[in-house]
Amino acid sequence: MSNRLEVRSVSKRFSRKCGLVERGAEFMGLKAPNPVVRALDDVSLTVAEGEVVGIVGESGCGKSTLGRVVAGLLQASEGTVLFRDKRLQDLPGEDAEAARLKVQMIFQDPSSSLNPRQRVREIIGAAPLHHGLTTARELDDYVSQQMARAGLDPSMASRFPHQFSGGQRQRIGIARALAVQPDMLICDESVAALDVSIQAQILNLFLDLRKQLDLTYIFISHDLSVVEHISDRVVVMYLGRVVEEATVEELFSHPNHPYTRALLQERPSLDPVQRSFSAIEGEIPSPLSPPSGCHFHPRCPLAMDRCRIERPELRTVGSRHKSACHLND
Amino acid sequence: MTAMLEIRSLKTEVVTSEGRVTLIDDINLELAAGEVMGLVGESGSGKSVTGLSIMGLIDKPAQVTGGQVLFKGKDLRNLSEREIRSVRGNRIAMIFQDPMSTLNPVLRIDTQMMEVVHAHEKISKQAARERARDALGMVGIPSPEERLSAYPHQFSGGMRQRVAIAIALLMSPDLIIADEPTTALDVTIQAQILSIVQKLARDKGTALIWITHDLSVVAGLAEKVSVMYAGRIAEQGKTADLLRRPMHPYTNGLIASLPAHNQRGSRLKQISGTTPSVANMPKGCAFHPRCASATQLCLSPPQLEPVEGRLLRCFHPVMEGASS
Ligand SMILES: Nc1ncnc2c1ncn2[C@@H]1O[C@H](COP(=O)(O)OP(=O)(O)OP(=O)(O)O)[C@@H](O)[C@H]1O
Ligand SMILES: Nc1ncnc2c1ncn2[C@@H]1O[C@H](COP(=O)(O)OP(=O)(O)OP(=O)(O)O)[C@@H](O)[C@H]1O
Ligand code: SF4
Ligand code: SF4
Ligand SMILES: [Mg+2]
Ligand SMILES: [Mg+2]
Repeated sequence: MSNRLEVRSVSKRFSRKCGLVERGAEFMGLKAPNPVVRALDDVSLTVAEGEVVGIVGESGCGKSTLGRVVAGLLQASEGTVLFRDKRLQDLPGEDAEAARLKVQMIFQDPSSSLNPRQRVREIIGAAPLHHGLTTARELDDYVSQQMARAGLDPSMASRFPHQFSGGQRQRIGIARALAVQPDMLICDESVAALDVSIQAQILNLFLDLRKQLDLTYIFISHDLSVVEHISDRVVVMYLGRVVEEATVEELFSHPNHPYTRALLQERPSLDPVQRSFSAIEGEIPSPLSPPSGCHFHPRCPLAMDRCRIERPELRTVGSRHKSACHLND
Repeated sequence: MTAMLEIRSLKTEVVTSEGRVTLIDDINLELAAGEVMGLVGESGSGKSVTGLSIMGLIDKPAQVTGGQVLFKGKDLRNLSEREIRSVRGNRIAMIFQDPMSTLNPVLRIDTQMMEVVHAHEKISKQAARERARDALGMVGIPSPEERLSAYPHQFSGGMRQRVAIAIALLMSPDLIIADEPTTALDVTIQAQILSIVQKLARDKGTALIWITHDLSVVAGLAEKVSVMYAGRIAEQGKTADLLRRPMHPYTNGLIASLPAHNQRGSRLKQISGTTPSVANMPKGCAFHPRCASATQLCLSPPQLEPVEGRLLRCFHPVMEGASS
């Protein structure tokens, strides 16, 4: 079986563009070089046809950046992205556009991804109309269906985004992505703003679509119970790198990487006892100046000398289980 | 002792082409210094509208049309625009659900944060900048010094959320209304934010309204919780009590839909039916079309009444929690 998606050694760096004067000053050593954010550092990942891969990791570790690179919204600084073993650049124009349309991203920040001056009918209906998935005559019905499916009242189709609540806006984003009938969805914190009951409705919709249409998902979420519920496989990221990947059962029952273990320990529970929340041990590392060796070493309770110097490779530690930690040697 | 915040019968309506629509009604709550109240409820149930109405920030054509918002005994609704502006951002701060409504996309973070400080306090640029940097560090933004000169779009989603939190903390307000402030944050960073907030409440007596759909956050953070449904409070009481033994059928259904209460990969339990739309509210108890316990009686509106140490708006309370 071929892979729906293969991400091969992708890196992404962001640097602030600086003017001539600044660059001159930098050159003469008058100014520290411009900070470069290493959002992705040599990330590889495969997603099989029809698979649901969850991506978890601390805020700022590069999850959305990875999603945007896969969705073709950002150019990788290095590395390649293959869809069904092909690079989109290598396909003839029309095929590339069709292939791109089949991969849809649901954005983390619904408000900034919705045009405030467009009515919801247009937001959801424009692309399917343009690509011939519906006709002008059937557009209203088509949009109504998409809205109802995402748990939105179709009678609100002529409203503007700001007239919706936060969670309703998130569902507009979901309806828009589903309206072009993709076969792969990148969901970036797509149920984060939803209460559990509507969250359940949307997750059920994703599970149903997967069964009916064989959809493939990359599911980015900081919510471990959601990821555990919906994913076949889970990828754990830390500061721009993949540190562990495994099937969902394996990861939650036998986490290998010390970071994953720390993450699982922090899982909140519904125990109605007032807890004292405690801050994380150690300083949060910065992608502007990532720690040497293993990025996790300043916070790792098991760190050794070697961890400060040498980057651990992502290596197989069990059946369909990989981890990047020197302890596995 | 006067409460830090007391809300009495707050009502907000919007006038549209289809007529007058009630967004929230009969909102009552009380908060002492240092107290944390969780505000939970379905998407679209009126949580943000409640927060914005308290702040006097509700957008036209929506409008607060009734009730009182007593902050330290003074009704904010009677203050002039100038007076309220000196309270807002200074003594009361709101963290908006959408961080980009706090942040100006074309201004650097330091400029924006220093503006907030200077609006309320005359201190040097240097001091304002330092305070901004410390606030960023406190909410877990690494390399705060370098990040100060960045623009909002250069931050990740969760980082933008934390910047919005940092801005609310700048003036050490007495009351913070936080609207889903940690939705995009992973557990470790969320724990750090919650620990700061807990400390503020404990040490500085900051009162907090924490709007969230995440019951586990409420469980750990808030001593009291209000559950909203369709613009009204359905149930209000002590968190431990309420989560262990929900009495309103809606609260009960909410707890049963948690992924942790369901089997992996199987369909999740969801509350049947759909959320009513504000323009088209069911008569009587707004929950009745979805409620398994509904009877004829529920076609008339239930009132919020004290039941076993809590407030409840239901004719037929759940007597055994289905959640445990
Ligand atoms: N300006 C407005 N005009 C008309 N309706 C509005 C306006 N603002 C909000 N509403 C409606 O009022 C209801 C309550 O909205 P609110 O934003 O308070 O919900 P919420 O409880 O915060 O939901 P969420 O969890 O999704 O953020 C929603 O149905 C929304 O569509
Ligand atoms: N356009 C940009 N310019 C500069 N830096 C950026 C840009 N976009 C993202 N970054 C940086 O890249 C890093 C990774 O960001 P990303 O949005 O991928 O994180 P994330 O894992 O999605 O985090 P979150 O959970 O908070 O959404 C962050 O340090 C962020 O500041
Ligand atoms: S490589 Fe070293 S520092 Fe990194 S996780 Fe393993 S033990 Fe900890
Ligand atoms: S009042 Fe009736 S319909 Fe409403 S929640 Fe209670 S039992 Fe259900
Ligand atoms: Mg993100
Ligand atoms: Mg809201």
